[in-house]
Amino acid sequence: MVARFLRRNWAYLVFLGGVGVTGCLVQNAYYFQVLTFIGINTLLALGLNLLMGYAGQISLGHAAFYGIGAYTTAVLTTTWGLSPGLALPCALAIAALVALVVGLPTLKLSGYYLGMGTLGFGMIVHILLREWTEVTGGASGFIGIPPLQFGPIAFTDPRAYFYLVWATVLLSFILSHRLIRSRVGRALRSIHDSEHAARAVGVDTQRLKLQVFIFSAILAALGGFFYAHLINFISPDSFNFLVSVRMVTMVVIGGMASVWGALLGACLLTLLPEWLHAFSDFEMLVYGLILMLVMILLPQGLTRGLLDAYERSRKNPS
Amino acid sequence: MQELLQYLFSGITNGAIYAVIAVGFALLFNATELINFAHGEFVMLGALGMVTLYNGLGLPLAAAFLLTTLGVSAVGFLFERFAIRTVKRPDAIVLVIITVGASIFLRGVAMLGWGKDAHSVAPFSDHPPLSIAGANLLPQSLWILTIVLGAVLGLHLFFTRSLTGKAMLASAISRRAAWLVGIPTGRMVQLAFVLSAAMGAVAGVIIAPITMCSYDMGTLLGLKGFCAAMLGGLGSLWGGVLGGFLLGVLEALGVGFLSSSLKDAIAFVLLLLILYIRPAGLLGARKVQRF
Repeated sequence: MVARFLRRNWAYLVFLGGVGVTGCLVQNAYYFQVLTFIGINTLLALGLNLLMGYAGQISLGHAAFYGIGAYTTAVLTTTWGLSPGLALPCALAIAALVALVVGLPTLKLSGYYLGMGTLGFGMIVHILLREWTEVTGGASGFIGIPPLQFGPIAFTDPRAYFYLVWATVLLSFILSHRLIRSRVGRALRSIHDSEHAARAVGVDTQRLKLQVFIFSAILAALGGFFYAHLINFISPDSFNFLVSVRMVTMVVIGGMASVWGALLGACLLTLLPEWLHAFSDFEMLVYGLILMLVMILLPQGLTRGLLDAYERSRKNPS
Repeated sequence: MQELLQYLFSGITNGAIYAVIAVGFALLFNATELINFAHGEFVMLGALGMVTLYNGLGLPLAAAFLLTTLGVSAVGFLFERFAIRTVKRPDAIVLVIITVGASIFLRGVAMLGWGKDAHSVAPFSDHPPLSIAGANLLPQSLWILTIVLGAVLGLHLFFTRSLTGKAMLASAISRRAAWLVGIPTGRMVQLAFVLSAAMGAVAGVIIAPITMCSYDMGTLLGLKGFCAAMLGGLGSLWGGVLGGFLLGVLEALGVGFLSSSLKDAIAFVLLLLILYIRPAGLLGARKVQRF
């Protein structure tokens, strides 16, 4: 019984152990912030991974939902004085609603056309955040977002925030895994392989695609919520086209159709710019180069690439 | 009336630039079904090339123009040779990420080469602005229109009259069939990259005198050129031209009569509208396979 539980859930146990040990060992507030960023990015990548890796639908505008989550909580808690505990469901609901309205027409498209439709949507949201100055603070950003507090529990300590975000990541991992292994998950993968075949065997592909789109939007908004309360300042540039692209990159570099790939991709793409600061002016150049090289050499992403290399080395032990 | 004319002038000028960028997208999409997110960076390289060659070194206009275009074409050639051709599994999404990587890389290179500051370029000729019915028309606008129409006409003749152009069209229609009748399709793809980069460079060269040139100017221009290409019909040469001019004029009218702060949104609203109503674009085939 115990052995079976361990065998089935070893990945989660490793994950829990990793997060726990990191949380105990790290002392520096800056490191905690970076680690929390990784958690937030994992939420973003996870949602997009379900959409891209499992349902095979690309979105180049997902930063919009990230931004909607962040700006909703910013406006509700700062301008209107609501508590973050109340702002959270509102932020998620608004993101879900927008995803529903945008997804209905957009998800009828596919391939490049879907990518472009979502790109257009993302750009429009970014421009709205920038130009709707009375509400969003415009291009100079939104200042003074209060720190996170649920009832009597305040998350002002970086370590507490770190644990909160990673607990959320763990929860959404479990949720995603259950989703993938369920009937819905199998139906999703059938859409990826062939939408026509899926429809022929009775899968309501439009509805499913929309549901996954909404789910991924909610995860992105959740990430935005945590982001806003972590750094207490947001500006439209944190939610522009390049951020959408970075989210797609996390999914693809980590490896599509693997929930753990989202974690790996988020880790790498959050840490990479931090490491590249050492290159100062060469930062962008090196970042672009790494992106190209990984895709040229390991087109299925690092998770798949590493697994393949591992299997090869097991087959021919030299 | 006078206001309307003024808006139209600026709209047509910008539209011409969007049109060449859109044509660059269309060229490449026709040949390879690839959308190159680094295309805006070719425009940026074209503009910064003029900053160095025309303004910095003081070369004659024609020489600076030619050298810049050749240089950017060479970048397009190298990009195809080293980044696109070496891909093991050319899935659409993998190629898109590679072009995104290339765009970040090129922006990084430009930042190192030209710094973070914005540069400006002198107009191609220093005539006073023409006054037409009370509206001012800058001589640079005439340069832009002439060069764009010349470039597009040249491309049109290339595709309809020359053997190489026809071979390129053939391999765009069916790569396998073209290969079977002896067309070197690999070289056609290469040529498409070079021509597309050259179109980007032309856009950069002509826009340089009417805007500030910096390493990060390419992204928005590329995206708008892309909207124009979708508007006219992705993969259609004249569709790209039509889409470009239409976008430019609508943008100018929107700025004039609605609000200047929403200028950048117009392109993307149009993009969504065209996707929902007629995904093939205005001049695309009526029935489009939505993949």
